[in-house]
Order: sequence, then structure tokens, then C-alpha cells
Amino acid sequence: MNGRRIAAYFPAFAKGYIRNPMGMFFSLIFPVILILIFGAVFSNSGSSQVALTVENLDHNSLASQQFLAALNATGAVSVTFVPADTGNLSSYLANHSLTAGLVIPAGFGADVNSSTPVHLLVYTSPASGAEAGIVQGAVTGAAAAMNLRLAGGAEVVVPQYLNVGSTVYRYIDYLVPGLIGFSVLVSPMFSMVNISSTWKRDKLFRQMSLTPLTRGEWLTATLLWFVTIALVSAVLLVGVGQLAFGAHVTIDLLALPFLVLAPILFVSLGLLAGSVSSTPESAGVIGNIITFPMMFLSGTFFPVSLFPRWLATVAHVLPLFYVIDGLNDAMVYHNPSGVYFDVLVVGAIALAFALAATRLFRWREE
Amino acid sequence: MTTRVEVSGLVKEYGRLHAVDGVDFTIGTAEVFSFLGPNGAGKTTTVEILEGLRRRTSGEVRVLGLDPWTEMGALRRRIGVIPQDFHFFPKLTPREALRLYARLFDVRADVDALLNRVELADKAESRFDTLSGGQRQKLGVALALVNDPELCFLDEPTTGLDPRARRSIWDVIRSLRREGRTVFLTTHYLDEAQQLADRIAIIDHGRIIASGSPDEIIAKYGRRERLRVVAEPALADRLEALGHSVERTNGAVEVELSSKSEALEILRTIAASGLRWESFSTRTDALEDVFIRLVGRYEDTTTSVGAPAEARP
Repeated sequence: MNGRRIAAYFPAFAKGYIRNPMGMFFSLIFPVILILIFGAVFSNSGSSQVALTVENLDHNSLASQQFLAALNATGAVSVTFVPADTGNLSSYLANHSLTAGLVIPAGFGADVNSSTPVHLLVYTSPASGAEAGIVQGAVTGAAAAMNLRLAGGAEVVVPQYLNVGSTVYRYIDYLVPGLIGFSVLVSPMFSMVNISSTWKRDKLFRQMSLTPLTRGEWLTATLLWFVTIALVSAVLLVGVGQLAFGAHVTIDLLALPFLVLAPILFVSLGLLAGSVSSTPESAGVIGNIITFPMMFLSGTFFPVSLFPRWLATVAHVLPLFYVIDGLNDAMVYHNPSGVYFDVLVVGAIALAFALAATRLFRWREE
Repeated sequence: MTTRVEVSGLVKEYGRLHAVDGVDFTIGTAEVFSFLGPNGAGKTTTVEILEGLRRRTSGEVRVLGLDPWTEMGALRRRIGVIPQDFHFFPKLTPREALRLYARLFDVRADVDALLNRVELADKAESRFDTLSGGQRQKLGVALALVNDPELCFLDEPTTGLDPRARRSIWDVIRSLRREGRTVFLTTHYLDEAQQLADRIAIIDHGRIIASGSPDEIIAKYGRRERLRVVAEPALADRLEALGHSVERTNGAVEVELSSKSEALEILRTIAASGLRWESFSTRTDALEDVFIRLVGRYEDTTTSVGAPAEARP
């Protein structure tokens, strides 16, 4: 292993990489586009309110106004009124593609004042289960508050709602480590599958084997480049996450092992995938078969905790899961004990793949 | 050292296929040695074994006194190689490529002089993927010279190039020889071998079927001088009836001569016959005729690689 040759080859490889728009796009620009898209789509998910269409047939009563005030106070729904002459609200909702509605019947105020039980009609769509639950909860809550006040009672059992941990975690906080994982997976995998197959076709490995550069030096320089790409990508994604969406992620030293080990792991895996296939086309297919399921099932875009149990089990087999889990522990939760286990797993897999790649991947032919 | 390459009994088998089937030759200093043969004859396999890129099945091989497979590390600093169908990193320029090689070999190389030498200075800053076939091949030649090699391997260096690019590569090959370097040239172009080579080995089906200088090969395997007469077809029948061995080519008759005076005899016969004739000439075999006679007739049986060589002339 000669450092001067590694230092000679590294910039040549880097130039080739930087001058290839596809490589740069997928390793640095594409993850930023993804964070902007996913960040924008889900940025309001915490505070969004469910639209509730209300037909108030007892417009003038104080009771109906009080009820609507209580409903508004829940903060869970945003109320839109339709005129009292709308007729059947159910068909109105269906015709306007609305999913939740409430009818306050005529004589509501009079019934409340005379303590006669009166029915509020709540329409929800079974197709939007989560919204239906929110609407039902809000209406039930407002009705209970009103009943309690009418009965002259006071709240005895009072729930208080808190978040897990000391910080409020949002989707964007998980998205940043997820997309760093995406980047450390995609850029080495796509590049190495491509390199190992097209270089074989164009006899570039042979060309290199005619120089004093050794296979080990070549691999070291290549790994250094993809570690560099991983670090740049991590800084870029954390920066965009913080600036554009106020994400609570920081570049922690504990994240560093993953930004080194993951490129080693996926460079080796890409090299293996490319060297077992005979043409660049079949190499591309093999690369995609490995990359795409891993990309979606490792908690890149969605936390694995949302997966059904069987799918979560699948995720636990994928090496990228441990990379993203570790990055979350390091950058979001700042939980060292969680990091150590993931470092061990990722390190062991990286070592195994690197050994397999150096054994199977040859420059010279027998 | 006067012998730079020594090969004896070289065999390379791929399963049951004998790509190289018992080859012997030696190459001395400052000579251009050419391996001539049809595609699939075993040229590239032999060259790659000599370069240390392929392991041989059996036989003795010494290149600059080294075993190319086990001592490739030492060997590659002393040889220069332009592989067949040379490719390089698509996004690097010739100047960057040459600098990279100089740093990898840890030698001081005058990059501009190398670029000028192969007439590539005007494309020094163009990326490899924008270069033409000839320009790429010229870069291959320049890269092979970065480490000032004693021995250069050129594997079909002008295949697919236009005539101008071919000639400028030929010029470089001639200058290599003048500088005292040994050149191992494989080609399937006969004119290339005839123009450049001091010695030629004709290889077919993994065996050397003829070797020597171009003149020696022609003298040994060429046919005798022939008289060619453009005349009406009846002349061929007349000469055949007189006991000459006759070859009919389109519109002409060729007769092999045992001596110069036989030509006069035949011409007298023609004049006496009263048959119409237009022109006559004599010709001797060129390397091409020899090659086609030695190799050409087996061209349609290329599937039987390793067929018995005894069957050949």
C-alpha cells in the first residue's frame, strides 16, 4: 500500500466522478430535492386541522354558539358553515367530496335550555378513518364539556398531553438521517455497480493493472472518495433540514462511524454485484434489485415503527436499517448506547462484504 | 542482454479449447517482432500472457528475464502496453491521463513532449470520451511510453483507424525501434507487418506456422514467379494442353514459371497460336499471397481451433 499512488489516483477518480452529471445528481442533488419535497409535504402534519362542514339549523341560539365555541377550542377541526337551507347535509358532503360534517338541529337551544336530550348529527367517511376519529373526538369532547357545565360539575380527572423525550420530534427530524442513509446507499451502489461492470467491459481494470497501482490502493482511494461524498452529503442535508424546515438534527461525532462504515459496506456490495454479472445491463438490474427494496424498507422515508410487524422484521435484515437507526440515535436522540450496537452491526457487515469483494473481485484473468 | 523475450512450448487452454498450442519464439533487442494471424488465432492470448495479464497453462516464458505472471510488479515498470481497443477513463483529458501515469509510475515525464510525439497536443485538454478512435489510440501509445519502457507491446494498434492515423502510429513504432526499444506488434494487417516488422511469426489456431523476415517467409512459402497474360479464355486451354499448370483469374491466365526463359517460350507459343491477347506481366508472391495460402484456406474452419497443424503446408 503506497500513499503516494493513492494520492495520485484519488483526484483522477474524483474528477471523473464530478464531471459525470448523473453521479453528482444522484449522490448530492437528488437527496436535497427529496428533503425539500418530503419536508414540504409533511411539514404541517403535526398541526393540521380536519375540515368540518357545519350546518347550523339553530343559528340564533346562544347554546349553539357556545357549542361551536367549545368545538373550536379543541383545535382539532376547522369549521366551515353551509347555509341552513342546504337541505340534506349527507348528500351535500358527497357532492362536494367532503369527508366530515355536523348538523346542529333546529330547536337545539330550546332543548338544551329545557334539558331535553337532543341529537347532534355527525357525518364521517369510513374511508378517512384517522380524520373520522379526530372529528368524533372533537365533537364528543365539546359535547362533554357542555354537558359538564350544564350539570354544574367541575373537571376532576384531567389528562395532560406530553411528548416522549424532552424535545418534540417531527417528521423532518427523522427524514434528515433517513436521507443521509439514502445517500450513503445510493451513490456507492449505483457508481460501483456501474464501474465494476463498464470498467470490465472497457478493460479499464486491466489498464490499471499495467501500472504500479495495486488493487488495494485502488479500493482505498475509491473508498476515500465515497466517504468524502457521504460527509458532504450529510452536511448538505443537515444544513437544508435546519435552514428550510428547522429540523432538530445536529452533526454528532457519533454519526461519523456510519459515514465511514456505510460507504465501505456499499462500495463492497456494489463491487460484488457488478463483478458477478457479465454485462453492464445485467449488473444494473442486479444493483437495482438490491438497492430499491433496501431504499424503501430501511426507514429512509418513513420510520420502521410505522411498518406492520412482518415488514419491520424484513427491515431488520437490511444493513441500511442499522445505518439509519444509528444515525437517528446519533443525530436526533443523542443516545450513545443505541449507537454502539448499530456501529457493531454495520461494522461487521462492512467487514464481511469488504473481505468478500477483495476475494472475488480480480483485475487479472486466469 | 540480447534476448528480451523467450518463449518455449507455451500453451494456454480454456477447458478443452487450446487458444495457444505450443508456441516457441525469441525476440532480440531493438527489433520489431510481429505476430500476424487471423482473428482468434491466439495473438492476444499470447501477448496477454507475456504482459503478465493472463496465467499460462504450461511452457516457459521469460520477458526481460522475468516470469510475467509471478513477477508482474517488477515487469510492468519496464514494459509499455497498448492493449487492443484501448479505453481510458471517459472524463479525463490526455494531459490528466499522462500526469496520472507519471505519478503512478513515480517518474518524471515530459507530458508535452509525449503529446507532441503522438501528435495529440491539440487535444491535450479534451476529455477522452470526445476523442476519435485514432486520437484515443494515440493516447494509448503516449501512456505506454510514460515509463520509458525497454519493451513495448502493441496489440492491433491501428485496427479501425483511418489511413492518416495509421501512418502516424507507424511513425511512432519506427521511432521506438530507432531508440533501441523492442516492439512486439500483433496485427492482422499484412501491410502493417510488412512495413514495420524485422521478423514475423504467422500464427493460426494457436500455432506458429511460419516465421522469419518478410523476405524469408516469401522465399520459403511463396510460389515461383508467374507469367500473367490477359487474353481470351481459349489461351488457357491451349497452354494446359501443352502441359503447363494454369490458373484462371478473371480475364487473365497465370502460369507458374520454373525459369525466366520459360516465359519467352510461352510467349512464343501465344504468338504462334494466333489467339488474341492484350497485355502480359510477371509477378512474384507478396506477403499477402503467402498469408492467404497458409491461413486463408482454413478461414472457413475456424471453429476447429487446435486442428492438427500437420495438415498444413
